Amino acid sequence: MINIVWVVMIVSGVVLAVVQDSPEIVTQATFQAAQAAVKYALMLAGVMSFWLGIMKIAEEAGLVRGLARLLRPFTRLLFPSIPSQHPAMGSILMNLSANILGMGNAATPFGLKAMGQLQELNGNKEEASEAMCTFLAINTACLTLMPTMILGIRISAESSAPAEIVGPTIFATAVGMSMAIAVDGIFRKIYRRRL
Amino acid sequence: MIEIIQNLSRWAVPVFLLFVPLYAILRGVKVYECFVSGAGEGFAIAVRIIPYLVAMMVAVGIFRQTGMMDLLSGVCGSVLQQWGIPPEVIPLAIMRPFSGGGALGIAAELIDAFGPDSFIGRLASTMQGSTDTTFFVLTVYFGSVGVRRYRYSLAVGLLADLTTFFASVYIVNRVFM
Repeated sequence: MINIVWVVMIVSGVVLAVVQDSPEIVTQATFQAAQAAVKYALMLAGVMSFWLGIMKIAEEAGLVRGLARLLRPFTRLLFPSIPSQHPAMGSILMNLSANILGMGNAATPFGLKAMGQLQELNGNKEEASEAMCTFLAINTACLTLMPTMILGIRISAESSAPAEIVGPTIFATAVGMSMAIAVDGIFRKIYRRRL
Repeated sequence: MIEIIQNLSRWAVPVFLLFVPLYAILRGVKVYECFVSGAGEGFAIAVRIIPYLVAMMVAVGIFRQTGMMDLLSGVCGSVLQQWGIPPEVIPLAIMRPFSGGGALGIAAELIDAFGPDSFIGRLASTMQGSTDTTFFVLTVYFGSVGVRRYRYSLAVGLLADLTTFFASVYIVNRVFM
């Protein structure tokens, strides 16, 4: 699916540029985006280093394991394929906590750590495992308690009640997350049957 | 209630940074050495993501800047308008899974143009705050471990985005109309 989406994005864009007789847009967009990608990766390198360092401390102190044990009944349902003592569980929970609490750039480092640990359990290193798919389903549609960025914009636009959208956001994300978990479960079954 | 959540969010990072190293050192963990050894992995992971990120961001860049995305918004907008969804927010809904920065720009423009307390302003705020950038998350997360076949992940992510969009429209109608 990703192959088709990728080709469609590029081909349709280029065709439109050709029709409009403005090929330079394509050239420009390409260079800009390629540069932005590397810039983002370097920014991430700093943030990653910092949060992975903190995470290591939390691990050594037994905090991550404690969190994993506490939420075990809930996570066993979502990730039946992860062994109960595996460290991936702790990283997944750290990532989801950071997401839900709106801890901004802490979520990605924790999440990538979790992906690394899930990859150790993965039989086919080039293909996503079931646990990875579930993890990313929850991650892309995660419950949000505080949309910090948009609140900032509302405040600077002089809203009379900037926080009035918090309730609706919690509702919408809760619905989205439930849907993601449900659809992931259905797709997993369909996919298994096909193999 | 909202104030409590807001403060929780504001203080989460500092409190976390206060608690973790303090607790660890009291339990006899060599915190500094531990931090450095953990941080060492950061750079390699970031570099590993680059090819995936370039592939995705270039495709999204072309799709967006040639106007193809606007064209798609126009088509979707004329369909969804019949269901009472304002066409002004469609570009935001289309942009949301592709580019977080792009979507934030559109949301800010809508809030600015219609006012933060207008129906469209509130809807745009809810939509922007409600979901993550699906393409970007998949690219970065799978890229960091070298997974190339995403199986059904993209379909699940996009279906969830669609659901969140309709949930936003429903709840904003319900609460503010």
